[in-house]
Amino acid sequence: MTIRRTTLGGHTHEFASLSDLLAKATPARSGDVLAGVAAESQAQRVAAQLALADVPLATFLTEQVVGYDEDDVTRLIVDTHDPLAFAPVAGLTVGEFRDWLLARAAERDEAAISSLARGLTPEMVAAVSKLMRTADLVAVARRTRVVTGLRSTLGLPGRLASRLQPNHPTDDPLGVTASILDGLLHGSGDAVIGINPATDSPAQTIALLELVDAVIGRYEIPTQSCVLAHVTTTLRALEAGAPVDLVFASVAGTQAGNRGFGITLDQLAEARAGALELRRGTVGRQVTYFETGQGSALSADAHRGVDGRAVDQQTLECRAYAVARHFDPLLVNTVVGFIGPEYLYDGKQVVRAGLEDHFCGKLLGLPMGVDVCYTNHTDVDGDDTDALLLLLGAAGCGFVIAVPGSDDVMLHYQSLSFTDVLTARSVLDLRPAPEFEAWLARMDLLDDAGRVRDLAPESAPARALLAAARP
Amino acid sequence: MLRGATRARVALGRAGDGLPTTRELEFRAAHAAARDAVHTALDADRVRAALTVAGVGLDVLEVHSAAPDRTTYLQRPDLGRRLAPGTELPAGEHDLALVLADGLSPRAVHEHAAGTVAAVLERLPGWSVAPVVVAHQGRVALGDPVGQALGAAIVVVLVGERPGLSSADSLGLYLTHGPRPGRADSERNCISNVRPPHGLGYAQAADTLVALLQASRQLGASGVVLKDEGTALPPGAG
Repeated sequence: MTIRRTTLGGHTHEFASLSDLLAKATPARSGDVLAGVAAESQAQRVAAQLALADVPLATFLTEQVVGYDEDDVTRLIVDTHDPLAFAPVAGLTVGEFRDWLLARAAERDEAAISSLARGLTPEMVAAVSKLMRTADLVAVARRTRVVTGLRSTLGLPGRLASRLQPNHPTDDPLGVTASILDGLLHGSGDAVIGINPATDSPAQTIALLELVDAVIGRYEIPTQSCVLAHVTTTLRALEAGAPVDLVFASVAGTQAGNRGFGITLDQLAEARAGALELRRGTVGRQVTYFETGQGSALSADAHRGVDGRAVDQQTLECRAYAVARHFDPLLVNTVVGFIGPEYLYDGKQVVRAGLEDHFCGKLLGLPMGVDVCYTNHTDVDGDDTDALLLLLGAAGCGFVIAVPGSDDVMLHYQSLSFTDVLTARSVLDLRPAPEFEAWLARMDLLDDAGRVRDLAPESAPARALLAAARP
Repeated sequence: MLRGATRARVALGRAGDGLPTTRELEFRAAHAAARDAVHTALDADRVRAALTVAGVGLDVLEVHSAAPDRTTYLQRPDLGRRLAPGTELPAGEHDLALVLADGLSPRAVHEHAAGTVAAVLERLPGWSVAPVVVAHQGRVALGDPVGQALGAAIVVVLVGERPGLSSADSLGLYLTHGPRPGRADSERNCISNVRPPHGLGYAQAADTLVALLQASRQLGASGVVLKDEGTALPPGAG
């Protein structure tokens, strides 16, 4: 264990371990205070950032924050590290790495940044993000390219896709269908039509899979479906021959956190293999979808690493991306404001975390999206979500979550609305996924300028869509 | 046609790429009600008065958790589960203790706690019930030290649930057998969404709770062993 010291304003600050240094260098958030690892003063935070800037990136290959022997996520990170991909930055410190990334971003050298992914570890990426400001996180993420596909192509430059989330408190087929149609009429759903089921039973999951598969089939929509059931439930659905496009899991950055979610890496591999066998893709073969969120390990009391020391929530979040990356995902998103004020207290913390998660995920090679969202006991409102959405659009975010009128009537939280997605596309000149955009045009849902038309329900294109929805 | 099919906010119309003003303000009003519900202070006198009106004759005691204010409470769930230092409660020997905790919606306690308590007590003739405890800045697990200090075999915490956009006053009931600090969420049973006339009514909630209480007393346990009759605790509710 290396003790690191730095002197700032005549005062010497000591950091007992690498995880202590990472935690103290983290921009303020309530979850790190709750875990007892946050910086105790503003000066201590900057002192930690100064010390962290001097840590060689290569240190993260030999000094772990969560032990190799105790944790299968650490083993995954270490055992799959690609030294060749790492070579261009292998001699840099964390601070020099920030400068390197900003220089490549300014040169618009997407290839140089994007080809690092397999050479970077979550801890390296977390470390550099802690030295970056909002504009740094946006500028570098914008020049990091991750393109994936199944029946639509996601992550292309100048595109912003959305997950259409038609949740219903009782999984009522008519209610779910109404929300799907409303989303399609607003040009949403190109990333996935993804339902959180109200009950996690195989029968219910299969019924919802068949429902969405029928809608997609009837209109020949170039997108994919997902029912975000537990992976063991999806395995049952696969066995039953259900139309599974995507295997879903919530993942955490420690083995104990994943145990809390009731998943193992072997189960994920098995389910992915099952979905691949179905060969349901047309433009790609990526068949997994993961959700994450800062604080998930802490909330499961699964946030400790070497010597029982608590690890900060953002570093653990990045470690979850290593799990997702291993399974070649089509989609990954952080559910950034869902978990509550004890982890991210207000709009400032949620916006910062959303941008960090997006940047870190992309740098690690993930097709990163964000559920820009909040609960009612957090100090966040539509002004904050607008700010985060527009920043993410500028940062080249692959997709966001959208629900009818921002109100998820099943999970009881607020996410973006279909109109928010339209606004971001319009303001930032972004378009839907190409195959989906062509479909919108075929359905006569776009105007001459390529914008989603504001259609009255009695208009011919809306009537055509609604009429075909009747079973 | 879409609007008749779901409670979701579908077919809202558009103003350019945004929402029409009326729809935007409707949403803000719902959000404002939910946020105000979180930040309303628990009025213990109002709860006492409501209990009296409902015919509850038990003594009423007032406690605070270790979270000194709302801001701390929201960020430190651990403090909301512990009693403020120096809290004293009269030790006794009771079958049941009832704790009314503000949780995330004091409004729910103001509006629905007294009615629920009265309906429960009506159905428990012969049970020895401890004084009712009104708890400020309390989470579900605050019932553990309260129930233990009172000497109660079972504690039921009536707590304000996290407000949704259309439900700012929902009360949750959490039953724990053998309350003591350190009980896991899996050792509790929960009845959610007590909120007449839109949610569960008092009589209906009390019927379910009393059935759980009797089963719990007989088994000498609570939580997953009673799962078939109650509903499982939602994640993060503790």
